[in-house]
Amino acid sequence: MTDVLHPSPTAARATARQRGLQRAWRHRGLYLMLLPGLVWFVVFRYWPLWNAQIAFKDFQPVQGILHSPWVGLGNFTQFFHSYYFTQLMTNTLLISFAKLLIGLPPAIVLAVAIHESTRGRLARFTQTVTYLPHFLSWVIVFGILLAMLSPSSGLVNRGLQATGLDPVNFLTDPGRFRFVVIFSDIWKETGWSAILFLAALIGISPSLYEAAEVDGATRWQRIRHISLPGMLDVIVLVTLLRLGHILDAGFYQIYVLYSLPVYSVADVIDTWVYRQGIQNFQFSLATAVGLFKGLIGLLMIVVANRVARRYAGQGLY
Amino acid sequence: MTRIRRRGDAAFDRSVNAFLITVLLVTLLPLVYVVSVSLTPLGETNTLLPLRVSLNAYAELLKQPALLRALGVSVFLTVTGVLLSMLLTVATAYPLSRADLPGRKFLTGMILFTFLFNAGLIPLYLVVRDLHLVDTYWALLLHGAVSVYNLLVMKNFFQNLPESLEEAAKIDGANDLQVLWHIVLPLSKPILLTVGLFYAVTQWNSFFEPLLYLSDSKMMPLPVVLRDILTGLNSADYVDAAATTTAPPDALKMAAVVLTTLPMLLVYPWIQRYFTSGTLSGGVKG
Repeated sequence: MTDVLHPSPTAARATARQRGLQRAWRHRGLYLMLLPGLVWFVVFRYWPLWNAQIAFKDFQPVQGILHSPWVGLGNFTQFFHSYYFTQLMTNTLLISFAKLLIGLPPAIVLAVAIHESTRGRLARFTQTVTYLPHFLSWVIVFGILLAMLSPSSGLVNRGLQATGLDPVNFLTDPGRFRFVVIFSDIWKETGWSAILFLAALIGISPSLYEAAEVDGATRWQRIRHISLPGMLDVIVLVTLLRLGHILDAGFYQIYVLYSLPVYSVADVIDTWVYRQGIQNFQFSLATAVGLFKGLIGLLMIVVANRVARRYAGQGLY
Repeated sequence: MTRIRRRGDAAFDRSVNAFLITVLLVTLLPLVYVVSVSLTPLGETNTLLPLRVSLNAYAELLKQPALLRALGVSVFLTVTGVLLSMLLTVATAYPLSRADLPGRKFLTGMILFTFLFNAGLIPLYLVVRDLHLVDTYWALLLHGAVSVYNLLVMKNFFQNLPESLEEAAKIDGANDLQVLWHIVLPLSKPILLTVGLFYAVTQWNSFFEPLLYLSDSKMMPLPVVLRDILTGLNSADYVDAAATTTAPPDALKMAAVVLTTLPMLLVYPWIQRYFTSGTLSGGVKG
């Protein structure tokens, strides 16, 4: 018989396990509550991961996922060596980085302006109105862009014609399409991105501003030396999140806005995957490209997080 | 919002306020113009503010059975979608917010992983196809029913609620479901409204997934029909006013834009005050 006060290691482990099980059993209601959600994650998030093996296979629908022949990295090399690889990567990275670099400053400036405004009602109204477009779908924004940019009746082209210039079809002109993509994204999302920066500004202790005021700092100096450093963590965080999605480039937006004449400048990885996979039934090739995109995204976010932790002292997770 | 006392520098104040008004105009001008065009009588030239106002375009659209059916589909998908998503999200977030639940770290990690890495469009499409959900509304309701972001925001909100309330209810003999229903959810109104709004917006705006998973044009929700009207594609189905060969006139297109936006605009003022606080109090901290 084991000594109750000095149990053997195996017995201690057994009782610990028993206690764990007891604790789990006491929470059986909670596990039951979790069940539907977990089933959903297994079916709609983990089953696709299992399906992703067709990236390394020559998927034949008749043979099924499991019995289609393996082709190793064939689908990947086919993509890397194809002529559209450079074009897709250029378009994707160009649009993504342009949105990040051109889109971030307006959001920061807007947040600072709302924070600095002495007219509380004007500031609140601007805030409410500017994050409204975030909730409009890209189809609706497409309609708005048609109203503004249509070559025959669009407001912008009417303005151009009034000044004696030729009308421009912005949505089908390869030289201008990317600008439409970038600036419509800024119109839609600036107010929404500003929310996080504004929250950071509100979190800054008012005593800092008061102390600076006593020391005779101007408004500009207060923005430079208190507001901007106070937002730095959030700016780093937002940039990190966007870097993790650098290969996304805004699929829905481009899918709605683009058309055959501008494929050469607008086609990004996601739109190509959709056309090759769903429309041309190239399931394996499209999956390989999608997987490549997912892996780069994961890599970006892990590396960016490391860098942020080391140099900004704060990461995403 | 707390305001910091700011003395002097009237020029600075003026430029800040001028900047805000400029931003306001840039945001509102396109929206105002869309409404103007929709109110311009058919056949007249659009101006920034219409010279004569006519509701003909709206009357014309509301006569179209295809458009009304799409509106009904969108309302149905949004209502059922939000209910389903909220049910799954709350039921997953609440147990994971309980610090004493064994295995909670592992399960949260498993969910977080799907946020950082996913297999892409085609493998998910194959799942939906293999479950025989293609050409049913289940495909639209289920494929994105849970958003990891919303789930984590909600979990963090639950975690920040005072634990003593739940303990008190437990001592009084309440079970987990009763604690959730009577204590936690009533305290979580801001986050429930915020997350509910996010799910509603996603369903209401969804136009790519219907095209991906549905083939019958009679099943399509409003955004897909709006796209068709805007591009003049299949427009004969929606606009019969002598427009069988040409694209519908601008006023009709913009009336369709306004009609699709309207339900969102009606709900927005009621909920928008919650979502700033809701989103911020949740935050993403994993």
